Amino acid sequence: MGWRLIRIYTILVYLFMFLPIAVVVLLSFNANQFGSFPMTGLSTRWFETLWNNDAIMRAFRTSIVLGLMTAAISTVLGVLASLALVRYRIPGRNLITTLLIAPILVPEVVLAVALLLFLNFLNFGKSFTLLLAGHVIFTLPFVILVVQARLVSIKRDVEEAALSLGASPMQTFFAITLPLLMPAVAAGGLFAFTISFDDITGTLFWKPGGIETVPTQIFSMLRNSISPEINALGTVMIVLTVGLPLIGAAIARTLATRSGA
Amino acid sequence: MSIEQREARQPWILLTPALTAVLLLLIVPLMFIVVYSFWLKSAAGADTPGFFLDNWQETLTDPFYRDILLNTLKIAAITTIVCGLLGYPAAYFIARSKGNKAVLLVLLMLPFWISYIIRTMSWINILGVSGALNAAMLWLGVIDEPIQMLYNETTVILGLTHFLLPFMVLNIFVSLDGIDTNLEDAASSLGATRWQGFLQVTLPLSLPGLAAGGLLCFVLAAGTYITPVILGGPRDAMFANLVYEAIIRQLDWPLGSALSLLLLAVLGVLVLIYNRYLGMAQLAKGLG
Repeated sequence: MGWRLIRIYTILVYLFMFLPIAVVVLLSFNANQFGSFPMTGLSTRWFETLWNNDAIMRAFRTSIVLGLMTAAISTVLGVLASLALVRYRIPGRNLITTLLIAPILVPEVVLAVALLLFLNFLNFGKSFTLLLAGHVIFTLPFVILVVQARLVSIKRDVEEAALSLGASPMQTFFAITLPLLMPAVAAGGLFAFTISFDDITGTLFWKPGGIETVPTQIFSMLRNSISPEINALGTVMIVLTVGLPLIGAAIARTLATRSGA
Repeated sequence: MSIEQREARQPWILLTPALTAVLLLLIVPLMFIVVYSFWLKSAAGADTPGFFLDNWQETLTDPFYRDILLNTLKIAAITTIVCGLLGYPAAYFIARSKGNKAVLLVLLMLPFWISYIIRTMSWINILGVSGALNAAMLWLGVIDEPIQMLYNETTVILGLTHFLLPFMVLNIFVSLDGIDTNLEDAASSLGATRWQGFLQVTLPLSLPGLAAGGLLCFVLAAGTYITPVILGGPRDAMFANLVYEAIIRQLDWPLGSALSLLLLAVLGVLVLIYNRYLGMAQLAKGLG
């Protein structure tokens, strides 16, 4: 009896989480000229309007370039730092970990203000570089958490075997550690990309006039009430951000089975 | 250089890029705005460096700022409690269910991948004047004219709950999943009812997860900027909106610095209390 109640409760909680998202997808195919209820039929016209909207397409390109650059930089910095933290005994390890995780402990608005004012003081005003620096700093902790968790599970024995057979530390890293770490590198990179792609608070503080990312573009469109185009854009983003990680997970699994991990 | 010396230097070489980034892009900027908060805004041109207490006096004594800070903390607290009430039974169900645990977990992770702004604005489709709920009530004849249900404090809390619930469920799940189910069986074999077993064994053991989820929800809710702008009315500004107003609209950067630091201090105290009693390890578990 109690268990059945909990089951019903859980179903309701899941409905609460997913129903609004389902309505976004449903309405994006709405034929009604105002894009609202009642639905008069199905159509893909809002996706066509979306495709022909230059501002949104430009925002898409900006977000993708920014996300890819953020992911690349964060992943490199994160993998190097994780190696140091997991593979070496270093003094002050806890302090260093706390420092590296700090960007998620500081509220994003505060981080945004501090970075904007400081870089502006150094004569780097609002620019794409500032945007990139900001995105790198708040995605870095996530990459480190993901990569560290994986690195702990890779046994040192394999690396030591390579070293004792005469491989240099560099060779060992590229031939042994990196391939074993690949799923985590991919996951960390993807995580960084998605967080960057989705960010709005920091981006609003850092973006120069004239540059919009997808979230800030949606935000400025929302000011004049919700249009069916936004629902279509939402559907595209859901497909991209849910579809991409699923493909990524599939790739990671293939890589993992191939490397025998 | 000896091999030992090179060995000792290697980790620092690996750490240098990441540490430099954090120091240069977070720690030094934070120290910089501490200094900046004592400067004065000039009517034209550069702000005046110096040691003025004006911004702090305004930040700490103006009832306008105090009310919005208190209101922000209130909204964050209600959101956290609602997330806990909605999230605990769901997390319990996932942790104890046998067949569809994996599916439920993947579904639980999905919202993390779906854009925050899309999830927030999705409520306009539900509660707006031409939204699903109004359409349904008109069709059923419950109302004759659409009613405006949006743009108030309740919808802000609703939006925040929708955004933060997965964090809560995940954290509670992680700690419930780590509890040996034999403990509950042991309690019931010693004569406890299922409910007693839950209250005296499972619930206390899962409190660290509840606390971690609660901290995340509270801190993220209290620092939020977007939700009140999209789902709130003109009177539902939260503290982050004040910061945006000062920095981006009024360009009063010294005042904006002081306001940011006040928010950081209030939330920082919470994080420190949490760290003192529970430690950061629990948080890392939920995130990793």
